Amino acid sequence: MVHLAKGALALMAALLLSTAASAQQRVLTFTTDNNDPAPKAAWEQLVADFEAENPDVDVQMNIMDREAYKTAIRNFLTTDPPDVANWYPANRMAPFVSAGLFMDISDVYAANDLTTQLASTLPIVTQDGKQWMVPYTYYQWGIYFNRTVYEQVGATVPTTWEEFLANCEKFKAAGIDCLTTGSSQLWPTAGIFDYLNLRTNGYEFHKALTNGEVAWTDDRVRATFAEWAKLVPYTTANHAAIDWQDAVPLIVQGKAANYVMGNFAVAAFKEGGMTNETLGFMPFPTINPDVPRAEEAPTDAVFIPAGAKNVDDAKKFMAYVARADVQTKLNAALGQLPVNAGSTVGDDPFLQAGFEMLSTTPGGIAQFFDRDAPAEMAKVGMEGFQEFMVRPENLDAILDRLEKARARVYQ
Amino acid sequence: MFPRPITQMSVPAQTLYKIAVPVALLLWLLPLLGVAMTSVRPASDLAQGNYFGLPSALAFENYAQVFQNTPMLQYMLNSFYVTIPTVIGALALSCMTGFALAVYRFPSNLIVFFMFVAGNFVPFQILMVPVRDLTLNLGMYNTWYGLALFHIAFQTGFCTLFMRNFIKALPFELIEAARVEGVSEWRIFWFIVIPLMRPAIAALSVLVFTFIWNDFFWATVLTTSAATQPVTAGLSSLNGQWIAQWHLVSAGSILAALPPVLMFFLMQRHFIAGLTLGAVK
Amino acid sequence: MPATGKLNQRKLAPWLFLAPGLLMFMIYVIIPIFQSMWISFYDWDGLGEARWIGTANYVELVDDDAFYTSLKNNVIWLLLYMLAVPAGLMIAIFLNQTITGMRLYKSLFFFPFVISQVVVGLMFSWFYAPNFGLFYSLIEWLTGSGVAILADDRYVTYGIIAAGLWPQIAYVMILYLTGLNNVAPDQVEAARLDGAKGWRMLWYVILPQLRPATFIAVVVTLLGALRSFDLVSIMTAGGPFGSSRVLSYYMFEQALSEYGYRMGYGAAIAVVLFAIMMIFISGFIWKMWRDETER
Repeated sequence: MVHLAKGALALMAALLLSTAASAQQRVLTFTTDNNDPAPKAAWEQLVADFEAENPDVDVQMNIMDREAYKTAIRNFLTTDPPDVANWYPANRMAPFVSAGLFMDISDVYAANDLTTQLASTLPIVTQDGKQWMVPYTYYQWGIYFNRTVYEQVGATVPTTWEEFLANCEKFKAAGIDCLTTGSSQLWPTAGIFDYLNLRTNGYEFHKALTNGEVAWTDDRVRATFAEWAKLVPYTTANHAAIDWQDAVPLIVQGKAANYVMGNFAVAAFKEGGMTNETLGFMPFPTINPDVPRAEEAPTDAVFIPAGAKNVDDAKKFMAYVARADVQTKLNAALGQLPVNAGSTVGDDPFLQAGFEMLSTTPGGIAQFFDRDAPAEMAKVGMEGFQEFMVRPENLDAILDRLEKARARVYQ
Repeated sequence: MFPRPITQMSVPAQTLYKIAVPVALLLWLLPLLGVAMTSVRPASDLAQGNYFGLPSALAFENYAQVFQNTPMLQYMLNSFYVTIPTVIGALALSCMTGFALAVYRFPSNLIVFFMFVAGNFVPFQILMVPVRDLTLNLGMYNTWYGLALFHIAFQTGFCTLFMRNFIKALPFELIEAARVEGVSEWRIFWFIVIPLMRPAIAALSVLVFTFIWNDFFWATVLTTSAATQPVTAGLSSLNGQWIAQWHLVSAGSILAALPPVLMFFLMQRHFIAGLTLGAVK
Repeated sequence: MPATGKLNQRKLAPWLFLAPGLLMFMIYVIIPIFQSMWISFYDWDGLGEARWIGTANYVELVDDDAFYTSLKNNVIWLLLYMLAVPAGLMIAIFLNQTITGMRLYKSLFFFPFVISQVVVGLMFSWFYAPNFGLFYSLIEWLTGSGVAILADDRYVTYGIIAAGLWPQIAYVMILYLTGLNNVAPDQVEAARLDGAKGWRMLWYVILPQLRPATFIAVVVTLLGALRSFDLVSIMTAGGPFGSSRVLSYYMFEQALSEYGYRMGYGAAIAVVLFAIMMIFISGFIWKMWRDETER
C-alpha cells in the first residue's frame, strides 16, 4: 500500500497510518523528488511491487517538488532523515558523503553481486573505496532535430563537425536557427560545452578538467571554445531569456533545427506534436577524428541516509532497486535506460538509439558538467558558458575567472 | 493649499485636468492591467498571438485551473497561518514594549529603544544563516510556526517604534492620576492605555498583515514544501513549472495579490495612518 | 500599599513589560548579527564541521569579480532608487486637488505598493518578455528590433530597478500627499501675496515644510534599494551570467542556492552589506537621537 503525503503532513500521516497498518508491518520511509506524473507513477508501481514481495514492510513515499528538493535535502538529512531517498551520484553526492550523511552500502553491493551487475557506474558511486548509492536509471544526451526542416533546406544528417556547420549555413539562409537552447537556467549550456570538449579533447581530458587537474587557460580548453565560437552565430539569439522548455516549440514549429539535449526532452517534443517520423536523434558529430567517441549520460540513484531508522529494510529496498528485472520494468515506465547489465531496454526508438550509442562508446561515459565538477566550479563554469554564448569576445576574462575559481575550489 | 486649487483655474484647464488624471492612472497601472487581462485570456488566444487585444472570451477557467492543478489554495492558507499569528504576536509584544519605553524613565530607556529601531533596519541576509540554524535546531524548520516566530520577533522592532511614539503623545496626566489613585501598573496598562491605543493597533495590524503576507525572503529560507510554503514562495516555484503559460502565471499573481489589496481598500484610513507616521510633525 | 513598594513596582515594571519582546528580539535579531560575524571567519558548507579560516573569506571577497559586480549594481540601485523621491513628490503635487473621485484615484495610484514584490516581479517579467511582452513590442515598433531587457547584461539591472521604482514611487507619493495635507495654509497664502509661485513657491515655502516627509521618504527608499532581493530573485536569479546580482542576492546564492554551500562566505558578504547599511542606519539613529534629547 502506498501512502502519499507531503512535507510536514507526512509526519502526521505517518503517525495515523502506522497505527492503521498491521502490527507486524515495519515502516520504510522514502523521500523522493519524482513529482512529474510519469516518474511518479513509475515509482508508485515499483513500491507496490516491493510491498507485494515483502508484505511485512509498509513503504511510505513522501514526494517533494523537484526544485525545492535540491535545497531541502540538506535539511532533512541533518534533522529528520528518511530511510531511503534519491539524489545524484559523483560530485553531487560528495559533500554529503564527506559530512557523514550517507550510509555505506558496500555490503549490499557485495551480497548481491552488484559490483559486476552495476559495474558501469561503480566509479561514480564510490568514494573513499566504499559504495554509497544504487543507480537505477540513466539517459543519453545528443542532438535532437527536426527532420522536416532538414528536408526543407536540403541538408543531410551530419556525422562530422564540418558537415554540421555547413548545414548551419543552409539553415541560416532559410532564416532558421541552426542550434537552439534556453540558457536562463544555465545547465543546458553545460551540455553543449561538454560535447564540444569531449569531441575536441576526449573523455580523459573532460575528467581531468572537471577534477581540477587542468588549467582553464590551457590551450586545449581554448581549442574547445574556438569550435564553440563557430557555432555561436547560428544559435538562437534570445537564449539567455528563455528556459529549455521555451526552446522546444522552436524545434516543433521548425524555427530551429537542432537541440543539444537529454532524452527526457523527447516527451516535450512529442507533446508539442512531433512524431517518431519528424523528430530525429543523432550523436554529436565528430570534431577531431583521432579522439575516441565519448558520450554524456547522467545517472540517477537512491541511497540510505546515515540517520535512517529502518536500516535492514532500507538495504532490502536497495537490493530490490538494483535487480535486473526491477530496473527493466521501472525504466520502461520512466522512458529511460536501466543501469543493470542484465536488464532489457524498452523498444522506443530513441531509447534504442541511445542504448546503441552508449553501449558502443569506445571513449567513456561522462555524467554531466555539474555532476563531474564540484558544485561551486559547476556554477561559475556554467555562468561562463552562458556569457561566452552571449559575448564570445569576453573569452579571456571568462577563462581567467574560471581559472581563479579552480585555484580556490580544488585546494 | 499647494498647488493652487484647480477650481480657481479656467474651465478648459479644469477639464484638461479631469482628463489627465484618469489617463495618467491608466498609464501608471499598465503592467497591472496587462496582467489582469492576461489572467482571463484563454490559452488559445496566447497560442494565436493575441497578447494585447481584448480576450476572445473571459476565461475564468484559468483561475479554476490554478486551484485544481496546483496547491494554490494550500499556499494561501499557509500564508494566513503565518500572517495572523504574527499580527497578534507582534502587536501583543510591542504594546508592552512600547508602553514600557514611553511611560517609564529608566537609565537605559533610549538605548533599548534605539536598539529596536536599529535592529529593524538591518539587512535580512545578516540574520539568515543563524536564524535558519536556530529554526532547524528547534525542530521548527519548514513549519508555519517556525516562520511566524521569526516574523513576530522582527516585526516587534518596527511596532515598538510606532507604539512608543504613539503612547508618548497620549496625555500623561491620565496615568499620573491613576497612580495617585493607587492603581497598579498592569491595570493602568490594561484599562487605561490599551483602550486609547485602538487606532495604533488597527493601523499596525493592517501594515504588519501586508508586510508578512508579501514576505518572500524568509518564506524561501525557512520553508520548502507545498504543505507549509506561503503564497509568495509558492508562486515563485509555480512560476518555474508554468513555463510560457502566462495566463496561469497571471491568474496566480492576481490571487496572491488579492488579500492585501482587499485589506488595503477595506482599512485604507488605518493603513495610510500607519504608513505615514512621522511624515508630519 | 506602602510608598517604597510602589516605587519598586515602578522600577521593576518596565522590565517586566519589556521582557517578552526584548527576549524575542534578542534571540532572533540582535544575537544573530554577531553570530553571522562569527560565522564569516569559518569555512562551512552547512553540513559538516566548520573550519576556522580567519579572514580568508574577506581576502577572497576583495578579489571576487562577482562581488564587485554586486557592489556596482548596489550603487546603481541606490542612485536610481532615489528618483522615487522627486517622482513621488511630482505625482503627489499632481494629485493634491479636490475633484470628484479623487480619493479613489489616490488609492489606485498607491495600489502598486500593496502588492507583493514577487507579483510585481512577475508582472514586469511579462512586460519585458521577448517577442510578446508589451515593452518588447513597443521597442520593436519604435526601433525595428526588440530588446530582451532581462537577458541583456547591459540593461538588465535598469529593467529590474524600473520594476522596483513602481511601488516605491507609490510609497513616497503617499508620504508627500499626507505632508501636503498638513502644509500651513496661511503661510502659503502669505507667500502668494508676496508674489511667490510655481518653482519658487515649491522650493522656498513648501519643501521646508515637507522636511519630515522627505526624511522618511529618503530613509525608506535607501532601505528599499539595499534590500532589493525579491525582484532580482524572481526576475533573473542574478542572470544573465551574474550581471544583475546585488549583494543581498549574491549572499543567498553563495549560502543556500542549488550550487551554494558556502555559509561562511555568504556570511562575509552579509557582513559587508550590513556595514554599508550601518552607515545609513547610524545617520538615521543620530538624527532621531538628537530629536529625542532636544525635546
